[in-house]
Amino acid sequence: MSQPFPFTAIVGQDEMKLALILTAIDPSIGGVLVFGDRGTGKSTLVRGFAALLPEIKSVKGCPVNSARLEDCPDWVTTATDEMISQPTPVIDLPLGVTEDRVTGALDIERALTQGEKAFEPGLLARANRGYLYIDEVNLLEDHVVDLLLDVAQSGVNAVEREGLSVRHPARFVLIGSGNPEEGELRPQLLDRFGLSVEVSSSNDIGARIEAVRRRDHFDTDRSGFLRKWRSRETKTRKKILAARENLAAVKVPEDILRLCAELSVALGADGLRGELTMLRTVRALAAYEGREAPQREDLRRIAPMALSHRLRRDPLDEAGSTTRVQRTAEDVLA
Amino acid sequence: MTGRTAWQAAMRALSALAVDPVGLGGITVRARVGPVQSAFEEASDALPLPRHRINPTAPDAQLFGGLDVLASLQEGRVVQQPGLIAEPAVLMLTSAERATGRFAARLAQLLDQKNQHCLVLLDEGIEDDEVPPLTLRERIAFSADLTGLSWRDTDQKVPALDVLSLARQRLGQIETTTEHLDSLVAAAAQFGIDSLRAPLFALRCARALAAIDGQDKVDEPQICEAAELVYAARATRLPETTDTSEAQEPPPPQPESGESGSPGETQSMPLEDILVSAVAAQLPEDIFEQQRRQQIARAKAGGSGAGARRFSQRRGRPLASRPGRPNGQSRIDVVATLRSAAPFQGLRKKREDGAKVVIYPSDLRVRRYETHSDRLLIMAVDASGSSAFARMAEAKGAAELLLARGYAARDHVALVAFSGTEAEVLLPATRSLVQAKRRLAALPGGGGTPLASGLIAATKLVEAATHHGLSPSVVVLTDGRGNIALDGTADRAAARKDTETAAKNLRQSYTPTVVIDISSRPGKDSANLAHWLEAHYLPLPRADAAKISQAADAALRT
Repeated sequence: MSQPFPFTAIVGQDEMKLALILTAIDPSIGGVLVFGDRGTGKSTLVRGFAALLPEIKSVKGCPVNSARLEDCPDWVTTATDEMISQPTPVIDLPLGVTEDRVTGALDIERALTQGEKAFEPGLLARANRGYLYIDEVNLLEDHVVDLLLDVAQSGVNAVEREGLSVRHPARFVLIGSGNPEEGELRPQLLDRFGLSVEVSSSNDIGARIEAVRRRDHFDTDRSGFLRKWRSRETKTRKKILAARENLAAVKVPEDILRLCAELSVALGADGLRGELTMLRTVRALAAYEGREAPQREDLRRIAPMALSHRLRRDPLDEAGSTTRVQRTAEDVLA
Repeated sequence: MTGRTAWQAAMRALSALAVDPVGLGGITVRARVGPVQSAFEEASDALPLPRHRINPTAPDAQLFGGLDVLASLQEGRVVQQPGLIAEPAVLMLTSAERATGRFAARLAQLLDQKNQHCLVLLDEGIEDDEVPPLTLRERIAFSADLTGLSWRDTDQKVPALDVLSLARQRLGQIETTTEHLDSLVAAAAQFGIDSLRAPLFALRCARALAAIDGQDKVDEPQICEAAELVYAARATRLPETTDTSEAQEPPPPQPESGESGSPGETQSMPLEDILVSAVAAQLPEDIFEQQRRQQIARAKAGGSGAGARRFSQRRGRPLASRPGRPNGQSRIDVVATLRSAAPFQGLRKKREDGAKVVIYPSDLRVRRYETHSDRLLIMAVDASGSSAFARMAEAKGAAELLLARGYAARDHVALVAFSGTEAEVLLPATRSLVQAKRRLAALPGGGGTPLASGLIAATKLVEAATHHGLSPSVVVLTDGRGNIALDGTADRAAARKDTETAAKNLRQSYTPTVVIDISSRPGKDSANLAHWLEAHYLPLPRADAAKISQAADAALRT
């Protein structure tokens, strides 16, 4: 595949960029949901992000990208004891994908030719330790959505079909993007995404001009453009790696925890998932910015993305849930 | 725009497309099957890539590739077929207006990934809301409306093939200035075009046009033309500087303010303003009305449970089985499959030795069903003192007649009454029309008019109904004189503001709505409400409940 548009060269969309970077620092934050109009660069950003991610080390020949030889599932016969560096997998889940392509299924070819039962891994296996990207997530078939929810939750893909019984780890960060005009997402699915971001195209003419100019430069002189942005890309990548190191050292003080809880209560968000996500996100943010403890200001920044999709819709509030979270955050943190 | 100029614009767009087929993405052509469409298809021979005609209902494997069942069975190993998407090509999508959102999204995804296709959407829609999915239109540069053209208009041809191929070679050397780019972006913003793809397309189009015109760099005429071609179909609002009435007149606007009074002054105008007036002249009169209708159609098509009638592969009234392959969504119809294989058994058994029944893939039949999503009639009835004194009895009569019609059509109904300080859902969605009638008859009148609260209750019911796969519609029976704000206080100004917000909220759900004015003198208040709701407005005529229910029913069913 040709080189995608560099992540750092995208004008604006800072919130979405931050959300993606934070999940790269701490994958346990969970997925990112991006909702926005057409032509706002959602897909471009995700593809650019894939290229930005640091490489991972994995066992050569292992279909689930295991980090150590002993982690390979027992049905894997192709694994070697050699380690390789590979780009962090970012797997596209196309719409209209069939269930067996997602979970993996019986290897028909081997069953027919050699008469033996073998497992052919699916997209979930390939996405292990990486990202699974679903464009137009709201158009995905319901049965595939249910399946994904289940796996995303447990981190294990269990296949019981056609006489096979196979399990393998499937820990991935789910990135979904969609256009709200084409239908809404079920609340159950919304809740599984750690962070949610609303993107819109900028109204600032200057920013728009800059965005179009960069894109045009990229289209007309690709290698030159990539060269120009390479150092910026490397810098961001190093920053992510440093933050990962730093993450364990970040201590979240008691009062920040209390504020997280107060915010959730004030907004009436269901469940504890909101608080947990906020805690992890705020910790990752502190690590990213090289601080030892998160501050109130950090909480204000991440609260909208961690909570806005967990609220019940208020039919009277046209402003949207992001604004509601911001308003409440101002009150609680004041 | 006359037929001839529309055709000329289409040909100009087509030639630009022939120069940069992949970069510009493609063109939407709205025309019925006929000589004009054929003339266009003939002209599109100029496109340099191999051309494939596809249909929105084409089997998946043909387009996106997949398992080749026949070859796999014959060769005894898994054979994949690549699908049309694998090779660079011009994809001509016939009956593009029938493409579903899902099909469009998949196609768009693959186009984005491969980036080597050019899409020609042949839109044969008649009604305003029959348009190809926005997902696809967004990804292609041009749109041409050729409806109503006659064959005589189609005399203009695209430039000769060698001119186009020369232009293709020179495309890379065409220069543009940053000023061009800046004004294209600014002009797009003035027309409310949010997507940044539009200015990029316009820029590419200008380059292609300059290459055709044999220039080394892009000049003002090309930029203007490119903006006209790309922006006219995408505009969502008129620029603020241009007066609405100006742009609606077909000839180029002649503003009284004297901004571009004489041709001499036009030269000194900034490029951005020239672009804006050029594009504004291209906009059809009722473009925004059209867009609104399309939006409604889109909202109905998207989301689960919406839409009155749909094909289903799992439940509903059985339809004739059709040839196809069973996949995740469809089930095989064994009887029909056997029946279609039966005539050939004699022949086939000679070839396939010893087999009892020989079934070939072409025999497979899949089940198909048709389902109707049920309609839900939500009635919001104003039971306040003001309307009770006026014509409560008549309103009840009209509502009862509506219920009776609903009963005949097996509709669900829900009843909301508002009086006093807030609205109350008297009856959640139910099929028990008898109950609805009883509750309605027993409805006491009196108190204030919490109109906003009533509308919100209706909105909530609409949302719940949509989630349950019903198609809701709303009838509001009121005098429109809301005087209780949402917090329950009797504050007329606040009530009015809340009502407006609530009404606009309900409008967002694109639910068919009727406002029936039950005040003794039908007046401005309810008409205002209908305007906010974008609803049909029906003043209740004197003593004729039957007529009103007839009218309301007609308004909702169209």
